[in-house]
Amino acid sequence: MREWSDFTTTTGPDGEQDVALSGPLVVASVARIDPGLRAIEGRIARIDLSQVSAIDTVGAWLAFRLANRHGATITGASVEARRLIAAVGACPEETDITPPRAPLVRRVLDSIGDYVTASGAGSIAFLGFIGQMILAVCSMIRHPSRFRGKALVHQMELVGVSALGIIGLMSFLVGVVIAQQGAVQLKQFGAEIYTINLTGRLSFRELGVLMTAIMVAGRSGSAFAAQLGTMKLTEEVDAMRTIGVSPIEALVIPRVLACTFMMILLGFYASLAAIVGGATISTLTLDIPFMTFLSRIQEVVPLHDLWVGLIKAPVFGAIVALSGCYQGMQVEGNSEEVGTRTTTAVVQAIFAVIVLDAFFAVFFSEVGWG
Amino acid sequence: MSKPVPGHDDDHQGDYPIVVEGLCNSFGDHVIHQDLSLKVKRGEILGVVGGSGTGKSVLMRSIIGLQIPDAGRIEVLGDDITAARDDDDIDIRSRWGVLFQGGALFSTLTVAENVEVPLKEFYPDLGGDLLDEIARFKVMLSGLPDEAAAKYPSELSGGMKKRAGLARALALDPELLFLDEPTAGLDPIGAAGFDELIGDLQDTLGLTVFLITHDLDTLYAICDRVAVLADKKVIAVGTIPELLALDHPWIQEYFKGPRGRAAQATQERVHAAPAGQVRAKAVDKRLKAGE
Repeated sequence: MREWSDFTTTTGPDGEQDVALSGPLVVASVARIDPGLRAIEGRIARIDLSQVSAIDTVGAWLAFRLANRHGATITGASVEARRLIAAVGACPEETDITPPRAPLVRRVLDSIGDYVTASGAGSIAFLGFIGQMILAVCSMIRHPSRFRGKALVHQMELVGVSALGIIGLMSFLVGVVIAQQGAVQLKQFGAEIYTINLTGRLSFRELGVLMTAIMVAGRSGSAFAAQLGTMKLTEEVDAMRTIGVSPIEALVIPRVLACTFMMILLGFYASLAAIVGGATISTLTLDIPFMTFLSRIQEVVPLHDLWVGLIKAPVFGAIVALSGCYQGMQVEGNSEEVGTRTTTAVVQAIFAVIVLDAFFAVFFSEVGWG
Repeated sequence: MSKPVPGHDDDHQGDYPIVVEGLCNSFGDHVIHQDLSLKVKRGEILGVVGGSGTGKSVLMRSIIGLQIPDAGRIEVLGDDITAARDDDDIDIRSRWGVLFQGGALFSTLTVAENVEVPLKEFYPDLGGDLLDEIARFKVMLSGLPDEAAAKYPSELSGGMKKRAGLARALALDPELLFLDEPTAGLDPIGAAGFDELIGDLQDTLGLTVFLITHDLDTLYAICDRVAVLADKKVIAVGTIPELLALDHPWIQEYFKGPRGRAAQATQERVHAAPAGQVRAKAVDKRLKAGE
């Protein structure tokens, strides 16, 4: 059981009150008497602390506040209590300790305005970022020795090789779902064999690359934003600048190149995994033999479907990497911003990828690669 | 679950709030501590010194339960820290305060809210007004200007962050205060101010302070005793004159080096008496003033 502090008030004949505090007057025990002490009204003549068994700064503050508000004198205080009361007594009571807050309407309008100006500034900053990239690429072409091959290979491993497992599994399962669901529908008019067309063409044209881009955005785009953001916070990026190393050259370009290049390979790999998934489920449920499924793929998928996927892949990869690196480099201030910037990087990247995918779908149909 | 009343020692641990026996720590093959023992007396400011990499911070992290040692026993306020495998097992955490090197303030909260975090955690029944008042005078006690309470850590300078971290460490009126290099990175005036603040608080609140430092001025100004970490253990504990009498090469070089001599000279110029006596006099002065 916790021991609580207590107080009693006695009103003398002259109408003046005496307050006697008792028990331990410490942070753990004062919660129950605080409202009661606040509610006391009128003048208090004396505050008696002689029954107080222990006191800390919080208890001293309560006694001081009471004495200060009601003009009372403190009696019966131990040496320790007097020392603590003197220490906390120097504190101004009325300082505002919450940051100033405007009224609700004003804050809503403020945040809308901030959002608009931030969007405008963000677009300009992104253009600036692209410009820096182009300049860095140009200067790298002039001085090829500055190109960071090791960083590129390292990033390629992180973005590509380490993602093989998860992307393979995901695409395999997507292939299974397309083939299985497609077969259910096509069976209604006895065209199960077209499951192969469906799986093959969808995998190469759309899903292989699109799903891979989403997975890479979640895996690597977020990692880029968080890494670069943390490096900004710990002043590593500033340190690089002072040594004369361009952060764009050292950090951004290897990541963007690695992501762009690895997306091509990963997209192709994902398409293959999806087809294997489709073939597997077809073998099991549709009685289409595995090898027949694969050889039919060769016949029904036109070569330009492959090109459609492979053209989209590097574009998506570049978008994911640019978005991650850009948001990371924008981090300033505190650790919370690393989180919000990382989220923004992933959301923006996935959104942009899907919008562009729609654009590509229409474009390729129009140019006859339908 | 009553919190033992400060000043009323209820067990034999009263004299030594921190007892470390046979502590061993290692990271992989790298042995940090080997059979390290240390006792901290109640009410003292113990300075812990040692070269870089001698495991001062690891020692502190072991004592406050952030680092599980390979072997050894650590008792803090009578509780066996090493036996507590889970964070929740350590119920003496409301009786200590820790100031980390960079302040380790929660960056999304204002200074006042930072101070309120431990209060809310341990005493959820404290009213909002009282919390604000407590936060306000803790901020003031730690020597920050009034307006700092409403600011976020990113708006504070390094020295102010340390003071804000100290305010949070003091939030629960702890008996024990752990300070990890409180004056590192402060300007000399700020560092001297911080030394004075810690000395004052220790006098006022009766704290036991475990202080890691590289700062010789701090050692001379406020530490009652100094523990020297070298060769994977505490090679000596004592007042500075006691340590000077030893002929360990590191201690000699540390205190007799150019910086050591300078700090000593400053100290002798400012105070004729050793730190402990100076502070005792200061307490007397304040008490008389309070009466």
